Amino acid sequence: MKSIAKQEVMALNGDEAVAYAAKQSDVDVVAAYPITPQTIIVEKFSEYVANGEVQTEFICTESEHSALTACLAASVTGARTFTASASAGLALMHEMLFVTSGCRAPVVMAIANRALSAPLNIHGDQSDSMAERDSGWIQIYVENAQEVYDSIIQAFRIAEDLNVLLPVIVGLDGFTLSHTLENVKVLVDDVVQRFVGTRQLPDVLTHEGKKVPFKLDPESPMTMGPIALPDYYFEFKRQQEEAMKNALAVIQKVNSEYATVSGRSYGNGLVDVYCLEDAEVAVVCVGSTAGTIKTVVDELRQEGVKAGLLRIRTFRPLPVEEIRRALENVKAVAVMDKSMSFGGNGGAVFHEVRHVLYDAKAHPYVVNYIYGLGGRDTSPQELRAIYEDLQRILQTKRVEKPMQYLGLRE
Amino acid sequence: MTEEWKFTTKDIAEKPDLFLSGHRACAGCGPATVLRLIMKATRGPTIVTEATGCMEVVSSIYPYTSWATPWLHTAFENAAANASGIEAALKIMKKKGRIKQEHVDVIALAGDGGTYDIGIQALSGAVERGHDFLFVLYDNEAYMNTGIQRSGGTPLGAATTTSPAGTVMPGKLEPKKPIAEIMVAHEMPYVATASPYYWRDLLSKVRKGLEVNGPAFLHVFAPCPRGWRSDPAKSIEYSKLAVESCVFPLWEAVNGQCQLSTPSKLIALAPQKKKPVKDYLQGQGRFRHLLTPQNQKLLEEIQRLTDERWQRLLKKCQTT
Repeated sequence: MKSIAKQEVMALNGDEAVAYAAKQSDVDVVAAYPITPQTIIVEKFSEYVANGEVQTEFICTESEHSALTACLAASVTGARTFTASASAGLALMHEMLFVTSGCRAPVVMAIANRALSAPLNIHGDQSDSMAERDSGWIQIYVENAQEVYDSIIQAFRIAEDLNVLLPVIVGLDGFTLSHTLENVKVLVDDVVQRFVGTRQLPDVLTHEGKKVPFKLDPESPMTMGPIALPDYYFEFKRQQEEAMKNALAVIQKVNSEYATVSGRSYGNGLVDVYCLEDAEVAVVCVGSTAGTIKTVVDELRQEGVKAGLLRIRTFRPLPVEEIRRALENVKAVAVMDKSMSFGGNGGAVFHEVRHVLYDAKAHPYVVNYIYGLGGRDTSPQELRAIYEDLQRILQTKRVEKPMQYLGLRE
Repeated sequence: MTEEWKFTTKDIAEKPDLFLSGHRACAGCGPATVLRLIMKATRGPTIVTEATGCMEVVSSIYPYTSWATPWLHTAFENAAANASGIEAALKIMKKKGRIKQEHVDVIALAGDGGTYDIGIQALSGAVERGHDFLFVLYDNEAYMNTGIQRSGGTPLGAATTTSPAGTVMPGKLEPKKPIAEIMVAHEMPYVATASPYYWRDLLSKVRKGLEVNGPAFLHVFAPCPRGWRSDPAKSIEYSKLAVESCVFPLWEAVNGQCQLSTPSKLIALAPQKKKPVKDYLQGQGRFRHLLTPQNQKLLEEIQRLTDERWQRLLKKCQTT
């Protein structure tokens, strides 16, 4: 086993941790546009460029649409690319998200998760990236600044893996993580560069049967982003689904390889379980709320309540087997959503967890809590009340309200 | 590395095409002719990126392609942003020793929709940032790919499916946006207009656009027989008449200094050679209604506007 590399502790907020990880990953092209609460990432990266600390072409575009376009175009030219956005910026990229995944361009993007207008709100919730869950991007949500640093580095390996070749979003909760200073252990540059490696390109066959790298290259002209009609389009989409399936294994592999270098891992890379083995009541969440829930679980465990937590780290591809296995023996589950699916009878995470449990041997009670919209704070007391609700459900054997709101005035 | 350029028909005929035949463009398609000519003027390794539009869909129907050079399409409004990303990637990979070529040119192609309207933000941004690329606008004066809808490049009085000639409205009510002048206002190194009839002028402008350091913009007139309701055999003739009537004068601006190109300079020197706009309009179905007595005022207005713009251009070029 390799020995764990020497590390330094830095005081970084989530955004700075993102920028530092991107800097160490030897990115060729960064194209970005500022938007709260992501702005620190582009500011910090601009400093690296201005001080000659990176060998990167930094394009300060006139819009997020052009930022992602430029990353995509640079990526298919053979470059390693990175961008960052949030909220309205991600929404403006919407069209290009599909084009990027469809072109199989392994762009990595940090999203400082923020509410969508209207009304205008700059604070944290996950409405922005949850609305893009069908755009063909891998989505990883992190719990703290340390994990965002680690995940950005991992994201390049995942995206650029030849069995994957899909773009990756790493979501960090706006302000809660993006602007909060934490102690972050960072690897030295060499170790990160060795871990990430140089970008590999798959070979494709020319008409003459010659193997050439899959990129825009005058030595082997290739037509990229063509029009595909009903006779071919469907097969392109099917291949993207296959790449998503492959990503499940690659994310786990990268998570464990990273552990051998850094000493840190996040569950199996797909889900992070906490006190779930014998749990009767459990909460499922995505993102930073997991940190607070762990404290609540600790308290409840001391009081003899069999409480547990499942944090879904990889939301796309959805780790169906892992979620089912983790919750199969739990009796009542509360799923937390920091975004709305208006008129959809529950949030996105709720829908997906309940769909996974349909095939479980035992069917736990499943309830949904919408919380934290527009940056509304969620207290440990409120989270504790969720576990109390679950215990009540077990006693009464009845779910009165399958969809509830946490911390809302009604 | 720049290929020797002699401007002879023999040279052009002998140079292998980069935009190949077999594409699905209509008979008499102006843009297809323009693209073939443009690609004849390349000076070495070239990557082309294209906005969604007629030329994109006719040339790239999977699994076929008309492109014998690397080519990328991603969306409609972002040809210039594609070029930005490609150019940045080439620059840094060259620095890091990951590409072999000494230099690779980048050409962005877009129609009038992808330039005047939905594409102007990405274009303006890319030019302001100073990326080294040539943006070619092939202007067929409406959204032809979706079936002839008006754009910011559609001329005054032209009938399109979203500016039809009706009983109370005589086609498009607004004049064409002066896009090349807007680009000159960006203080970019090279801006020019061109017409496929004057092919040598067109080719030399492509070459100049590639040779400048920084962004270059080329506005090329490109008749569309389907959209203009004109005879497919007359596309090149209209490309000539548009210049002779000063509807589409030929000029270039090198570092902001405007200069008329020869075909237009000859008209400036001998104003009697300037043809009436009517000569250009007649025969095009999209302008048919303008030749009726009730629209005579509009026809006069089009002539007046053309003259006014011509005079403005002469002042800029300081030609008497």
